[in-house]
Amino acid sequence: MSRLLEVDDLRVRYGKVHALHGVSLRVERGTIVTVIGPNGAGKTTLLGAVMGLLASSGTIRYDGADIGALPVESRVAAGLCLVPERRELFGELTVEDNLRLGAFQRVRRGERGAANELGEVYARFPRLKERRAQLAATLSGGERQMLALGRALMAKPRLLMLDEPSLGLAPRIVRDILRIIAELRETGVSILLVEQNARAALGIADRGYVLETGEVVLSGSAAELAGNPRVAESYLGLAGDRDQGTGDRAQKNPKPETRGQERVK
Amino acid sequence: MSADIVLWLVQDGITTGAIYALLALALLLVFAVTRIIFVPQGEFVSYAALSLGMLQTGQTPGTVWVLIAGGAIVAVLEGASALARREPARLARILAVYVAGPLAIAALARWGAAHALGLWAQMAIVAALVVPLGPLLYRIAYRPLADASVLVLFIVSMAAHYVLSGLGLVIFGGEGLRTNPISEARFDVGVLKIGAQSVWVAGASLVCMIALWLFFEHTLVGKALRATAINRVGARLAGIPAGLTGSIAFVLAAAIGAASGVLISPIATIYYDSGLMISLKGFVGAILGGMASYPLAALGALGVGLIESFSSFWASALKETIVFTLIIPVLLWRSLASRHPAVEDEEE
Repeated sequence: MSRLLEVDDLRVRYGKVHALHGVSLRVERGTIVTVIGPNGAGKTTLLGAVMGLLASSGTIRYDGADIGALPVESRVAAGLCLVPERRELFGELTVEDNLRLGAFQRVRRGERGAANELGEVYARFPRLKERRAQLAATLSGGERQMLALGRALMAKPRLLMLDEPSLGLAPRIVRDILRIIAELRETGVSILLVEQNARAALGIADRGYVLETGEVVLSGSAAELAGNPRVAESYLGLAGDRDQGTGDRAQKNPKPETRGQERVK
Repeated sequence: MSADIVLWLVQDGITTGAIYALLALALLLVFAVTRIIFVPQGEFVSYAALSLGMLQTGQTPGTVWVLIAGGAIVAVLEGASALARREPARLARILAVYVAGPLAIAALARWGAAHALGLWAQMAIVAALVVPLGPLLYRIAYRPLADASVLVLFIVSMAAHYVLSGLGLVIFGGEGLRTNPISEARFDVGVLKIGAQSVWVAGASLVCMIALWLFFEHTLVGKALRATAINRVGARLAGIPAGLTGSIAFVLAAAIGAASGVLISPIATIYYDSGLMISLKGFVGAILGGMASYPLAALGALGVGLIESFSSFWASALKETIVFTLIIPVLLWRSLASRHPAVEDEEE
C-alpha cells in the first residue's frame, strides 16, 4: 500500500526569507501524523504549501500522483482538505450554507451523497445543527472550529490537514475536538495535525515530526517522540522552563505578510 | 419651478437612475467577487445598444467580429493549456464552445439582420452577442492575473476599456444610434405623461434586481459567489474554483450591461463611447453606497439619476460636473465617519 502523502525536499520562501528548507514528510493511509514545533517553525507554511496556497519547490505526491502543479480547488476535489488556523469561515452566511459550500465540487459533479454528509456532520456536531440558521460570524470559538472542521468534512477528505485545531479553545472543547479527530481516523481519514499542544497531539498521533526553523529535526513514532528527552524538555514542559528556541523571532515576521496577500476579509 | 416640473424631473431621474442602479450592482458584484474595478462595464451597454440599433436598420452588428475574435483567442489559450496538460481530449469541446459557438451566434445575427424580426427577438440576439463577451474578456484579460493587486487589475480594466471602445469605433462607426422603444404608449398620471419606455425601464430593473437577489440567496452557485466575496481563502479551501466564480460574475455583469443598453437606447442616443459615462455614474452610485451593500448601491445610483436630472434643469452645462463632484464630499465623509472596506483590503 503506497503512502497517501509524500513530501520531499519542500522549500518555501517569503521574499528573501526561507521559511522551509527542504522538509520531507510521509503520511501513511489511515494514520494520524502530527507536526510539532515552536511558533514560527514553519508549520503553517508547510500546510499552506501542501494545500497549494503558497508557492513552493520540491515534490508533493498525493495518492501516488505529483500534485505540485494543481490549483487548490483540484486538490480539494482529490480529497485533500485544510482546516486553517484562522478557520476562514464565511461569516455573513449561515452555518448550514457554510457546510453546504464545503461540498460545492461534489454537488457540481452531481454526487448525491452531499445531503447525507450534512446529516453526518450534524450528528457529529449537534451544536452546529442547533445553530444551523445562525450566521457563522456569531459563533463562539469552539463552534467556529467545529464549523471549519464540518465544512472540510463535507468535501469527503481522504487527507485532512488541521492547523492548530485547539488554538484558543477551552480544555473541554479541545478534548472533544481531539476525540473527534481520533474517531475520524477510524472512518479511514488520514490526518496531518499541526499542534502547539504537543502533549495532546502526540497522545492521539501515530507518528510525529518536530519542525524547528524550517527543518525537520526529529521524527519517529509518537511514543518515541514523547519519550525523547529533547522533546520532553522543549515541548512537553517536563524539565526546565519552556524557553522555546531562539530562532523563531526571525521567522515570525513573514507569516502575517503572506496572510495579508491571501486573505481579503 | 412648478410642481409638475419637479414631478417630471423626478420621473426622468428615476428612469435613468434605474439604469445606473443596474450598472452599480454589476460593478459591485464584479468587485466583490474578483476585486476588479470593472471599467469596461460601460462597453457592454454601448455594444448592446448599438447592436440593437444596427439590427433594426437591417445590418449585421459588428459585434459578431469581436465575439468571433474573442472566442478564437480564448480557444488558442485554452487549447495551449490543454495540450500542456496532455489532455488533447478537451480540444473538441474547446473548439465547439469557443469557435463553433461564436460562429453560430454570428450566423444567427446575420440572419436576424436580414429578416424584420420583432423587438423581443432582436433583443434576444443582442443578448446572445453581448453576454458571452463578459466571460471571454475575463478569460483573456483578467484570469491570468487573478492574484494581482487591485491596482494592477484596475490598470488592466483601463486597457480593456480602451481596446473595447476603440473596437467599438471600428465596428459601429462614430455615428450615434437610437432604437425603437418597446412601446410608444403614454400614460396620463395627473399632470404627468409617463412614457411606456420609462415604465419598462423601471420594471425591468426591478425584475433584474429581484432575480439577482434570488440567485444570491437561494442557489448554491450564488452562495459560492458570496462566499468568494466574503473570504477568498476560505472559498478556495472549500474547493470553490476562483475561475468559475469570476466567469459567472462576468456573465452577470455582461448580461446586466446588455439589459441596460437595450433599455436605455430608446431614451438616449448612444455612441460607441457613451458606455463609459453611463457606467461611471453607476460607479458613483456604488461609491455613494459604500462599495459594500447592494441595496445601498442601488439607492445611491437612483440618487445619482435624480441629481443628474435636476442639475440638467438648473445648470445643464454643468450636470456631469455636479454628479462627479458629488464623490468628493461623500468620500471625505465616509473616510472620516466609517471604516471603508475597500481601503482596508489594500492595507492589510
